[in-house]
Amino acid sequence: MNINTTKIISLLFFIFSVFYLYTAYQIQVFAFDENAPFNAKTFPIYLGYAGLFFSGLKLILPDPETIKVEHKNLEYKKTAILITIAIIYGATILKIGYFLTTSFFLFGSYYFLGERRWILMFLLSFPFVAAFMYLLHGVLEIYLRDPFLKLIGVMG
Amino acid sequence: MIEGILIGLSTALTLQNIFMVMIGCFFGTIIGMLPGLGPMTAIALMIPITYGFDPATGLILMAGVYYGAVFGGSTSSILLNAPGVPGTVATSFDGYPMAQQGKAGKALAIAAWSSFAGGTFSAIYLLFLAPSLSKVSLSFRSPDYFALMILGLTAIAAFSSKGQFLKAMMMVVLGLMLASVGQDSLSDITRFTFDNMNLTDGISFVLVVMATFAMSEALTIILKRNDPTAAAKQVSLTELGSIKIDKEDRKKMYKTIPRSSVIGFLIGVLPGAGATIASFLAYGMERNLVNDDEKQKFGKGSVNGLSAPETANNAACSGSFVPMLTLGIPGSGTTAVMLGALLGFGVQPGPRLYMTNPEIFWSIIMSMYIGMVILLILNLPLIPYIARILAVPKNYLIPLILFFSITGIYVMSFNNFDIYLMIGIAVVATFLRLYDFPMPPLILAFVLGGLMEENLRRSLLLSNGSWEFLWDRTLTLCILLTTAFIVIWHIYKNFKRKII
Repeated sequence: MNINTTKIISLLFFIFSVFYLYTAYQIQVFAFDENAPFNAKTFPIYLGYAGLFFSGLKLILPDPETIKVEHKNLEYKKTAILITIAIIYGATILKIGYFLTTSFFLFGSYYFLGERRWILMFLLSFPFVAAFMYLLHGVLEIYLRDPFLKLIGVMG
Repeated sequence: MIEGILIGLSTALTLQNIFMVMIGCFFGTIIGMLPGLGPMTAIALMIPITYGFDPATGLILMAGVYYGAVFGGSTSSILLNAPGVPGTVATSFDGYPMAQQGKAGKALAIAAWSSFAGGTFSAIYLLFLAPSLSKVSLSFRSPDYFALMILGLTAIAAFSSKGQFLKAMMMVVLGLMLASVGQDSLSDITRFTFDNMNLTDGISFVLVVMATFAMSEALTIILKRNDPTAAAKQVSLTELGSIKIDKEDRKKMYKTIPRSSVIGFLIGVLPGAGATIASFLAYGMERNLVNDDEKQKFGKGSVNGLSAPETANNAACSGSFVPMLTLGIPGSGTTAVMLGALLGFGVQPGPRLYMTNPEIFWSIIMSMYIGMVILLILNLPLIPYIARILAVPKNYLIPLILFFSITGIYVMSFNNFDIYLMIGIAVVATFLRLYDFPMPPLILAFVLGGLMEENLRRSLLLSNGSWEFLWDRTLTLCILLTTAFIVIWHIYKNFKRKII
């Protein structure tokens, strides 16, 4: 059997299905429902077996059309930075508020992707987010909690 | 039906809804022109905004985005040989050679008129077929629905690209697994939440769509060093020439359009088939039906060769709304996204939609038509200008896509756990995309997961746990036999090619 990344993904999916199936069997159902033809764990159990079946087939059957990915051509660094910025965004949005966090998120993303036109970067972050916030808050009436804007008295 | 059409027209023709169709078509065209970003991404990005409107307006906006994206995809196929969406690949066979002969404007006009005519015909078919099918589908019982969902999920996997059947089936199972997270609908027992309160209500549909399409597409573009805006920059520099279609070419189109619209619509109605298969079939059929002289022109800028796939792909788009509106079962990834959005509005599509919410049912059908008129009047002459807007650098486009995705999720839950979950799913989806694991089957399965479990539960409880319900009713048996036929046919076809 030729081992390639697709097979490894199938193996990971197989292991995931084993875990899913195990967890499905652990679901606590009501005592009166235990022997019912269908209860809260019936469908997940079927899904677990289906996962094992399809990933197992993918594992054992030949894979003549192997997908080859040239890893050296992939831009891992910028992708990882963008993901990190997004995680930081998630970690700070509730504390700092939507306006500042989102503006810095956009500004930082432009910067790390290689942009250096500062005025354009600024216009497409801070004023852009302010306009978008106005659309959400003022027009569509979607409340956005923002401790920073509240502190400086812009938002009630 | 006349009453329904009038209800639909009165809803769709309000100033707000016409404006929404225009916005949708414009935004859809922009996204559709970017290779790699298709209608599903465009619709996904729109969902959080649509929740600010009533269901009819929200759906009208999404329908506009859908048609706009398909039209935008044709534009990049014709001008750059870079189809924005798979459904417009066949368009490039004759559209691109025509553009290279200096007739880009004419090619775009043929594509736009064919799309419009295909859409018009299919709107008429939809108008007559949907209400009748709604009445027929009232006789459907839980076992039939369960079998239909199995058929839909199997078909979308079977019709995915060559050698992807098992990968697509794995994605179907993954989608169903994700849908099983949260409280069980009947007993309220929590499943797969690992004592995390944020998962009690399950994973939001919008989150999964945003993560697997918008966000993961943005990450894939960065990872693969693609530049989708490069195509748009070239479009803005292309000399389009005249957009007039001469009499001789019009004559050819008169014959091609009706037959291609029929094939497109019928393929669109089938679960899982969609615009890509419809356009290829229509192209193949047209090549067989034209005379020998015209046959020689195929692949070199044939009017019939361009008109047939364009008519068929638009007709298929309308056709794919039939199972969603009448049975509540989407036939494609895009309509699955729209179904999810409808469920978010608290509207349950299916045979009763026609009776309980006729304004939604008919206004969608009417707005499709209005959308096509707008595409023809506004977007065709505006293509070079839209392309100029699109020629923004990738460095701005990607952060903006990420911004709309994350904001979309945040404004729905005001919870940073959802942001982390979305990032996690997007990273996994990006990795899976690298190895050609298709995402539409995952979305379709995620949307259908709850309904599927519900119908299986009812069927099993009614039959006292016996699986006889699968062959008790003729209809259920017929649907399951069709599913078996699709699987066997697929295995046979791939066995011949030695690929599975």
